[in-house]
Amino acid sequence: MALKIVKGSIDRMFDKNLQDLVRGIRNHKEDEAKYISTCIDEIKQELKQDNIAVKANAVCKLTYLQMLGYDVSWAAFNIVEVMSSSKFTYKVKIGLYAHVWICQEIGYISQYDTGVALTGLSCFVTPDLARDLANDIMTLMSHTKPYIRKKAVLIMYKVFLKYPESLRPAFPRLKEKLEDPDPGVQSAAVNVICELARRNPKNYLSLAPLFFKLMTSSTNNWVLIKIIKLFGALTPLEPRLGKKLIEPLTNLIHSTSAMSLLYECVNTVIAGHDVNGSPFLPPFSLALFLFLRFQLCVQKLRILIEDSDQNLKYLGLLAMSKILKTHPKSVQSHKDLILQCLDDKDESIRLRALDLLYGMVSKKNLMEIVKKLMLHVDKAEGTTYRDELLTKIIDICSQSNYQYITNFEWYISILVELTRLEGTRHGHLIASQMLDVAIRVKAIRVFAVAQMATLLDNAHLMTGNVQRKGICEVLYAAAWICGEFSEHLENPMQTLEAMLRPKVATLPGHIQAVYVQNAAKLFATLLKNQEGNTDRTAAQETSQLMIDRLPLFVQSANLEVQERASCILQLVKYIQKLQQKDVEVAEEVIALFAGELNPVAPKAQKKVPVPEGLDLDAWINEPPSESESEDEQPKAIFAKEEPKHSRARHTEVDEKELAKRREARKQEQANNPFYIKASPSSQKVYQEAPGVEHIPVVQIDLSVPLKVPGLPMSDQYVKLEEERRQKERVEKKKKEKKKRKEKRGGRGKKHDSGPESEEDITPAHMVDIVTEEMPLADSEKLPVRSHRAAEALKSPAEDGDAESPASQEPKKKSSKEKREKKKDKDGDRKVSVKNGNPTRETALWMYIYGAEIDIQGNLQDGSQVVVSVIFENKCDNFLKTMEFNVLDSLNSKLQRPEGSGPHDGLSVPFQLPPGVSNEARFVFTMQSIVMPQKLKGTLTFIIKNEDSSTHEKLDFKLHFTCSSYLITTPCYSDAFAKLLESGDLKCSSVRLEGVNMPFHHLLARICFHHHFSVVERIDSCASMYSRSIQGHHVCLLVKTSGQTVSIDAKCDEPTLLGNVLDEIKQTFSQC
Amino acid sequence: MIKAILIFNNHGKPRLSKFYEHYSEDTEQQIIRETFHLVSKRDENVCNFLEGGMLIGGSDYRLIYRHYATLYFVFCVDSSESELGILDLIQVFVETLDKCFENVCELDLIFHVDKVHNILAEMVMGGMVLETNMNEIITQVDSQNKMEKSEVLTG
Repeated sequence: MALKIVKGSIDRMFDKNLQDLVRGIRNHKEDEAKYISTCIDEIKQELKQDNIAVKANAVCKLTYLQMLGYDVSWAAFNIVEVMSSSKFTYKVKIGLYAHVWICQEIGYISQYDTGVALTGLSCFVTPDLARDLANDIMTLMSHTKPYIRKKAVLIMYKVFLKYPESLRPAFPRLKEKLEDPDPGVQSAAVNVICELARRNPKNYLSLAPLFFKLMTSSTNNWVLIKIIKLFGALTPLEPRLGKKLIEPLTNLIHSTSAMSLLYECVNTVIAGHDVNGSPFLPPFSLALFLFLRFQLCVQKLRILIEDSDQNLKYLGLLAMSKILKTHPKSVQSHKDLILQCLDDKDESIRLRALDLLYGMVSKKNLMEIVKKLMLHVDKAEGTTYRDELLTKIIDICSQSNYQYITNFEWYISILVELTRLEGTRHGHLIASQMLDVAIRVKAIRVFAVAQMATLLDNAHLMTGNVQRKGICEVLYAAAWICGEFSEHLENPMQTLEAMLRPKVATLPGHIQAVYVQNAAKLFATLLKNQEGNTDRTAAQETSQLMIDRLPLFVQSANLEVQERASCILQLVKYIQKLQQKDVEVAEEVIALFAGELNPVAPKAQKKVPVPEGLDLDAWINEPPSESESEDEQPKAIFAKEEPKHSRARHTEVDEKELAKRREARKQEQANNPFYIKASPSSQKVYQEAPGVEHIPVVQIDLSVPLKVPGLPMSDQYVKLEEERRQKERVEKKKKEKKKRKEKRGGRGKKHDSGPESEEDITPAHMVDIVTEEMPLADSEKLPVRSHRAAEALKSPAEDGDAESPASQEPKKKSSKEKREKKKDKDGDRKVSVKNGNPTRETALWMYIYGAEIDIQGNLQDGSQVVVSVIFENKCDNFLKTMEFNVLDSLNSKLQRPEGSGPHDGLSVPFQLPPGVSNEARFVFTMQSIVMPQKLKGTLTFIIKNEDSSTHEKLDFKLHFTCSSYLITTPCYSDAFAKLLESGDLKCSSVRLEGVNMPFHHLLARICFHHHFSVVERIDSCASMYSRSIQGHHVCLLVKTSGQTVSIDAKCDEPTLLGNVLDEIKQTFSQC
Repeated sequence: MIKAILIFNNHGKPRLSKFYEHYSEDTEQQIIRETFHLVSKRDENVCNFLEGGMLIGGSDYRLIYRHYATLYFVFCVDSSESELGILDLIQVFVETLDKCFENVCELDLIFHVDKVHNILAEMVMGGMVLETNMNEIITQVDSQNKMEKSEVLTG
């Protein structure tokens, strides 16, 4: 057990570990509380120890006690302390222990807890963890539940990787698991051993018989594939295995219907035969044929051709490339087939075929193959594939030192053709090939130079287009070849002009540099040619050309170009002077570039024998002393490598030597009066040294840090700049915030808003819209609601019209009648309230005396709901002294002015003449919004006509649904995914049968009635989101198939979710 | 070994990603983008294998993918896995998802992200294939869900 490891390292007196604790608790069933209190005392003692292991042990025990229900919050600090300990092991051990071990120990065996712990562990095994947990996991490998065994076996692989020492003790058990009765465990064991064998197949040869048995007995394709793959890795090591395998493999090939298995069998057969060195077995080479849609021989494999699966084609080519390594000849016969695959529309297959081509070329077919490839290059779409083709062509041609190329003129022209490719990245590759060939193949130089001269002449084709930037690298090679082998140029003057064109200045710096340098070489050759002639003017003209054109390069921003150009310009000017004096200079100029460059093989140096008596490791000069090297280092601003060398050297010098040398140098310094450079920054030296010398030294010491910090200085600027930007950003943000606040404030004022929370913004919108639309809304919104509600509303309206003339005389009567009617409609009204929420507000429609009352809930903050009521007087009399009162419930209260009692009504602050409407608002305070609310209320008022006034009363119900607490909040799908990923939400679901409406209507209905917004919609599936005024997230996943709608919902408040779902269900039950 | 499992839709929006090797978050995003770029430009009737991109893999790794309606399922595996075997595994995964969330849809992967990860954890653990039998996977996932539910009820 892992804890024992910990235990071993700690003091024996605190040796009550978790196991002992559990056992102790069991043994003290009668006086458990007492036992535990003593334990807690012990734990407290342990927590006071300095040893982190002891603390970890104590925390382990605490976790167990907490599971039993004891309060361990007093130890929170210690737990955090252990958790923050550098040893991750303790944390995980505590976590894992709490899961795995305790679960087993107390008999509460939840295999899934353990499973989860193991899965988690698979993600973060560290060497420490692996070491400490190896034993525990090994125990789990023989757990009674196959589910745990399976996972434990798999995780062992991760443990082996991190802690290889555990492999040896665990191996026997792993081997045992190969014969586990549960196929899952078996397959896990096979999996692990296959992975291990991939790393080191030799060690697993001994398992071959076991696997052989498994192969013949297992029916699980996955296991079979793994085993066959394993054999594929083993056969190269043990040739006899290959022979043995043929029979079972052939059997499998004949009997299996799974293509994957079939393919792996063939693959392994290939591997087996490679080693034998025997010629490729005909049936299997044919099997490969079949993968590639060819004539068949083996009966069973006919299926493969018929389905002409691209996947099999790909795999066939893949298998081919395996054979290629060992049996190139057997692949070469399929050349036509592979070339055919190059035409395939599938890029993966084309790439595989290209791979194969590499191994198939010979002197005979190289040109043909490359010609074909060139065709493909022209046809290819997409630069990646074309680039791939290009590199492959060059690879194929250049392989093993151009072994297959018989005609280099051909190769050069291929390379030149390749330069016409658009947008390739491989310009440098072509360039290096050109250089390589031109240098190494002398015979080709004349041809190469001619080609390169044309390239230079047409350089504008390469530089003109931005897309072709990559290819201009080729000009590097062209310029160099033309310059170096300029004696072969047919028309050097023309080439020189091409190299000095003003357009060249647009090329990258390193290419310009080569241009300048090689222009000089060309110039030298030209001079030589022209001086041979009698006419001197030609030579002078050439010089003049150089002098005219070079200043362009002298002005170059590139240092290299500048330097070379100014050097050469001065040289040419000097030559011109000499020319004017009729001095022959050509020979001398050409001497500048004399000598031939010969190719040097990378390993050539090794071939040079070391002369006798030369010890390469011995010091030639005395290695510099420490103080010296320290001195040199800061001075070497440009050559940084130098100090490194001296440093590396002086480490090998022993102390005595150093002392001796130091002494010698001091002597020398003392004797040399002119020696001011004197190094020693090391104090020892100048303490002993005469005073005169150390003064300049001190100066150097000072100046060095002043000079060097050029870089840090610029860094500082960068930092300053960053700081400045940061400030700006912060300020901007502040401004934005202010703006936002102002906006919010502005909106808030419209309806006496208090705190400025997020919700404030949206309600502001909502209110505006609702009030503006209100006059229109009654008639327009009604049909959208349920039928009954609509009827309920229509009929009173009709009533009102019909009765208005009648009501002129007998007012009391009519009022009574109407009240009765109103009561009749109470039931309807409730329904209409429930379903008919056009926005988040609770709307309640009532008809009293022809006065229409519209109640809207308005949401201000987490606990306040504002109900706005529109009173409309539809009768011919004056209404006054209206009083609005609601019976408070525990959860919701009507906010009354200070000083008034809890049952007092609120007077409506206006009177209503006939036909006038006005709006009043009432604020309710809600404790909890997870449940729907129904509040009873009364409205009292006085009807006043010319001679009398009557007191009237009207009862109503306010219905706050849960949906009305939701606010339509837009949500981006990323945020939505993050929210769901957090895992804090509870899930619930609902099914609606017989919903017969288009999906988008359904969504619109949910959006409209329940204030959701659609996050994403894909076909007949949509995710929706809403937020409550108290910030609960509500997420829906609505799916429909036929008439069934399934709604999965998640919310951090299950009760609220349940109620919202009920309301949704009700919405759809009415249609 | 499986290096990564990526699921994204036709527009390249990642729906699920599981990396069995550590990458920084930025690299993971880049890998997803690159993989989408590679996979999405392929025709419907071409093979399901792809040489790995720049970021993930190397010569030993390849991408094995399947395209279902709106989703791409991409596995990045090394040569120890059978190509066709992984294709079957993807099929098993999708069928399991379909059984667990009847009539599975892309949005299920987002909405039931926990359950999808559970299912995946039953199939692949630490980059190694744990179980290929669909019924076995469903039994385990179901009983875990039941346990979770009972915990919610009692707790």
